[in-house]
Amino acid sequence: MMFAQLLPPLLRGAEITAQITLASTLLGALFAFAAGIGKLSRHRALRWPAVGYIEVFRGTSLLVQLFWLFFALPIIGISLSPLSAGILGLSLNIGAYGAEVVRGALQATARGQREAARALNFTPRQTLWRILLPQALPEMMPPFGNLAVQNLKDSALVSLITLADLTYQAQNLRNITLQTVPILTATLLLYFAMALVLTAAMRWLERRVRYAAGHER
Amino acid sequence: MLFGYHWNLTSDWAFALSILPMLLKGLVVTVEATVLGYLLALTLGLLLALLRMAPSRLVAWPTAFIIEFLRDTPLLVQLYFLYFVLPLYGINLPAFLTGTLALGLQYSAYTSEVYRAGIKAVPKGQWEAALALDLTPLRTYRDIIVPQAIPRILPALGNYLVSIIKDTPILSAVTVLEMLDVAKMVGDRTFRYMVPLTMVGVLFLLLTLLTATALRRLERRLPQRGIPLR
Repeated sequence: MMFAQLLPPLLRGAEITAQITLASTLLGALFAFAAGIGKLSRHRALRWPAVGYIEVFRGTSLLVQLFWLFFALPIIGISLSPLSAGILGLSLNIGAYGAEVVRGALQATARGQREAARALNFTPRQTLWRILLPQALPEMMPPFGNLAVQNLKDSALVSLITLADLTYQAQNLRNITLQTVPILTATLLLYFAMALVLTAAMRWLERRVRYAAGHER
Repeated sequence: MLFGYHWNLTSDWAFALSILPMLLKGLVVTVEATVLGYLLALTLGLLLALLRMAPSRLVAWPTAFIIEFLRDTPLLVQLYFLYFVLPLYGINLPAFLTGTLALGLQYSAYTSEVYRAGIKAVPKGQWEAALALDLTPLRTYRDIIVPQAIPRILPALGNYLVSIIKDTPILSAVTVLEMLDVAKMVGDRTFRYMVPLTMVGVLFLLLTLLTATALRRLERRLPQRGIPLR
């Protein structure tokens, strides 16, 4: 079989991989901010669930989480499609790692900033939104970039819950054609290329955030 | 029935208790794969780090590319590659060894960066002082650089041990019967997934929390100024 015939199905899979990665990274960022800020809250009702979420999802395997969402949840009546289970699992997982980044960056803001906000009688909400987050956000961007690439690589695991991503297509094609070496080589190269693009995109975003936060002249 | 154990379906708790011995058998495989893969990652990573820092660009640049490639591609696909391609070249390894090889390879890319960063973090003055004292390269590394790099390197290496534990279930994709695969098998045969999969989650949580706690303890005992090698 010609290489040109192998490529289209792989590219179709790569498209799914890109979509899943994008969706779960964005959703994961939402979880990361919610849990990261929640962990620093004064209220136990917010802090404890945030800590529990972070510990459980950072302490267990992504594949276990995906299997749990896909195979175990239907038993208590919640059936997720492979796509929703995949995106939810990936974003919950990466969100827990991101939450620690958010928490770390917020805690690393200079102490004087919080004291000044207090002296100026800012409410906690104003302090968070107007003082702490704008300063912490640029610091979060480099680790977020690493997590995005991590998420792209992790997305290969959704093939094991029958989602037709790049890895799934590669395995499928390999079973049909037995052209093992070209298919798996092309798959690795496609992931590598996507990682390079994602890294470049995150660097660009990082510069934009720094610029918007007034860190750059 | 699995591994000679029978499950008891009378209640969720009885079921959980009856499948615990099976899961623990899987846990042994998980731990074995972790330890073996980690040792491989530590050694291969050191080799990659040394090649990456080689004075010759002809060596350093291809190594940098290999590290980047290993870091940026999914473990699962690397595993498939090893599992399906190696036999074509006459290398027939058992699935378990292929799995640990894949773990070791991917993580060697991470550990190589840890070694490199640790060595680079040693202040420049130390290199210059060694040069001024006319120490040989061997003595510079053995007595000056490496002892100071170790306290920086060990905590980061420890974090990867925890990560590797969590990546072992991927080996189930090539028929390695580790903990998650055992739970999946129990689920497939009894149509009860909730109990075995939740138990695997809890066991993983215990395993990673215990490992992380042990590592923190170890870290606190590390002398911060450096560890003499002689």
